Amino acid sequence: MPEGLRVALVIAAKDIRAELRSRTALLSAIVFAALVLVIFNFARDPTVLSATDLAPSALWVTFSFAAMVAMNRAFTVEREHGALDGLLLAPVSRGALFAGKVLANLAFVGAVEAIALPLFVLFFNVDLTRALPGIVATAALATIGFVAVGTIFGAMAVRTRFAELMLPVLLLPFMVPPLIGAVQVTSRLLAERPLSEMWGWLRLLALYDIGFVTLAALSFAFVVDE
Amino acid sequence: MPSFDGPLLAATGLERSFGPHRVLRGVDVRVSAGEALVVAGPNGAGKTTLLRVLAGLARPNAGEVRVLGRRLERSAPEARRPIGFASHQSLLYDDLTVRENVVLAARLYQVRDAAAAAAKALDAVGLADRSDDRPRGLSRGLLQRASIARALVHEPRLLLLDEPFTGLDSAAAERLRGLLRGRVAGGMGLVLVTHHLDEAWELATRIGVLIGGRWQLEGERAGELDDFLTRYRALVHA
Amino acid sequence: MTAIARPPTLDQARAVTRRGLAMSAVALVGIAGACVLALGFTPTEARQGLAQKIFYLHVPAAWSALLAFSLVGVAGALYLWLEDSRLDRFSAASAEVGVAFAAVMLTTGPIWAKPIWGTWWTWDARLTLTLFLFFLFVGYLALRAAIHDRQERARFSAVLGIMGLLLVPFVHLSVYLFRTLHPQPIVLKPSAPSLPWEMLRTLLVSTVMFTLLYVGYVTTRYGIGLAADAREHRDAD
Repeated sequence: MPEGLRVALVIAAKDIRAELRSRTALLSAIVFAALVLVIFNFARDPTVLSATDLAPSALWVTFSFAAMVAMNRAFTVEREHGALDGLLLAPVSRGALFAGKVLANLAFVGAVEAIALPLFVLFFNVDLTRALPGIVATAALATIGFVAVGTIFGAMAVRTRFAELMLPVLLLPFMVPPLIGAVQVTSRLLAERPLSEMWGWLRLLALYDIGFVTLAALSFAFVVDE
Repeated sequence: MPSFDGPLLAATGLERSFGPHRVLRGVDVRVSAGEALVVAGPNGAGKTTLLRVLAGLARPNAGEVRVLGRRLERSAPEARRPIGFASHQSLLYDDLTVRENVVLAARLYQVRDAAAAAAKALDAVGLADRSDDRPRGLSRGLLQRASIARALVHEPRLLLLDEPFTGLDSAAAERLRGLLRGRVAGGMGLVLVTHHLDEAWELATRIGVLIGGRWQLEGERAGELDDFLTRYRALVHA
Repeated sequence: MTAIARPPTLDQARAVTRRGLAMSAVALVGIAGACVLALGFTPTEARQGLAQKIFYLHVPAAWSALLAFSLVGVAGALYLWLEDSRLDRFSAASAEVGVAFAAVMLTTGPIWAKPIWGTWWTWDARLTLTLFLFFLFVGYLALRAAIHDRQERARFSAVLGIMGLLLVPFVHLSVYLFRTLHPQPIVLKPSAPSLPWEMLRTLLVSTVMFTLLYVGYVTTRYGIGLAADAREHRDAD
């Protein structure tokens, strides 16, 4: 196994183990997701807006905001006791460090999405039997992009006094393109439209992922190294 | 890797500013195997910054740091391998046990048998029986031992310590001195920053006094501690 | 390795600020001239009438905001490479000027649009992009305000600027995809290629004057930043 990948996995495993023990971020994010879904349901007038019209937006707004709650922890745990220095001292490349943090964040956000999705099916009464593989694939595609950006912004936000506020302020503009793409694809999947209607949006998601994962990985060293 | 003949640590011309404040104004440091350099000086003298630059945690605005001949820079993570570092922060994760923290460090340094190396390091600091505790529940002295075990797990050639004696009772301090004495005798290089000159005096082969970002005194340890303290106080109050 | 640049002096700073103010004054006169040109010497567009004339201010304002943001990104990239604090000072100045241009464009847009077209906002390409730039600027300035160490602030700002620059084409792409599927009922501007000469001329004059105003404001703001640094160095010694 290439050394960088091994180190990334060691770091990701450490984060996952630590979070499974304390569970604070994960539980907060899941409860948050459930509440947002509930609010969406009560905030709509059923005579004007059907559940299926609102569903894709509700799902993706929920995913995005819950993801931000989950991603905050990535660097706040490193700030206590200066643990990030421990990672920076080691003979590991900053790219591997970034990859480890992204993998951990993907695990957390993925877990939140996996739990929010059944709740979504429940509250909005949608039939996912045919659309499920497509939605999972779209979720993966969109999530990779904004988790990469959220990870590097998390590293910056943690150095400010109000990290929980700074991360959304920085991240939200960057979440809009993948969000739009995901909502458009999801609504077409739910309406069982042909793939040709989603192609443009899927390309947008893929390009976004490639562009931002690369840029974030290259820029990470400048954020963590003094 | 071919063995290297020169000093363990050779840093030249180190300068570091934070905005308009020049914290290091041209500092050289040289440490060979089996040497222990104790760095003293008043608050704000730049001691912690110097140690962080030597550890590769901070980049100097000018000058370079070479460890075993390799220059510390962004593109050369390998150059950091021989370095061990412990500061007044423990660098430990609260949600992992002490043992897991030390094993993690071993894995990051690619130590062959991480679990065994961790056990050995924890033994050396006398924490074997507390290794399944979380850092949260440990006293200052035990926490500090854990953080030193973490620093030593990969058998560094050069150990950098920032104020290791703070908050230790005399038994713990003696224990730490014994551990460090043994390692230095075995060829490890040591740079130890401290306020507590009395605690570190016996360990030192060389002493340096850093005031205003520059060496005011730097040389072999000689004479008695009391005489040195007199000279030191005179320098600081000058 | 970062070089320790010679600290700036207050006199240098004041000279720069004066130059910037002079340029801005000239540019403001130029913009007034462009307004006169637009109202008196440019043919009125057939379909939209007098309302369309805001085009000669809005397009250059949006262009200036985009220019400001692009330069923040480019200066950021250069800073990460060269570590020259002047680049960081420039980025800060450009961001503040850019957010002002974007804010003015975003407030005058709806105020103009409502009585003329009956709607406060449309998601056309220009307005949407300017809105995004506004949020990116605000995030950039918020981050700068929250980081106190100078070098860390410069590095973080540079990274944010570069990432923001990459976002711009994605915003364009999203708006394009959205609009081809959801055509907007109101067209705010005539499409580019078929502009008659007089309109193009007025647009160019206005754009040049706005760019000059950008340069003037940034120079002024840069001078102010230089003065702040000069004071800090003087007080530290």
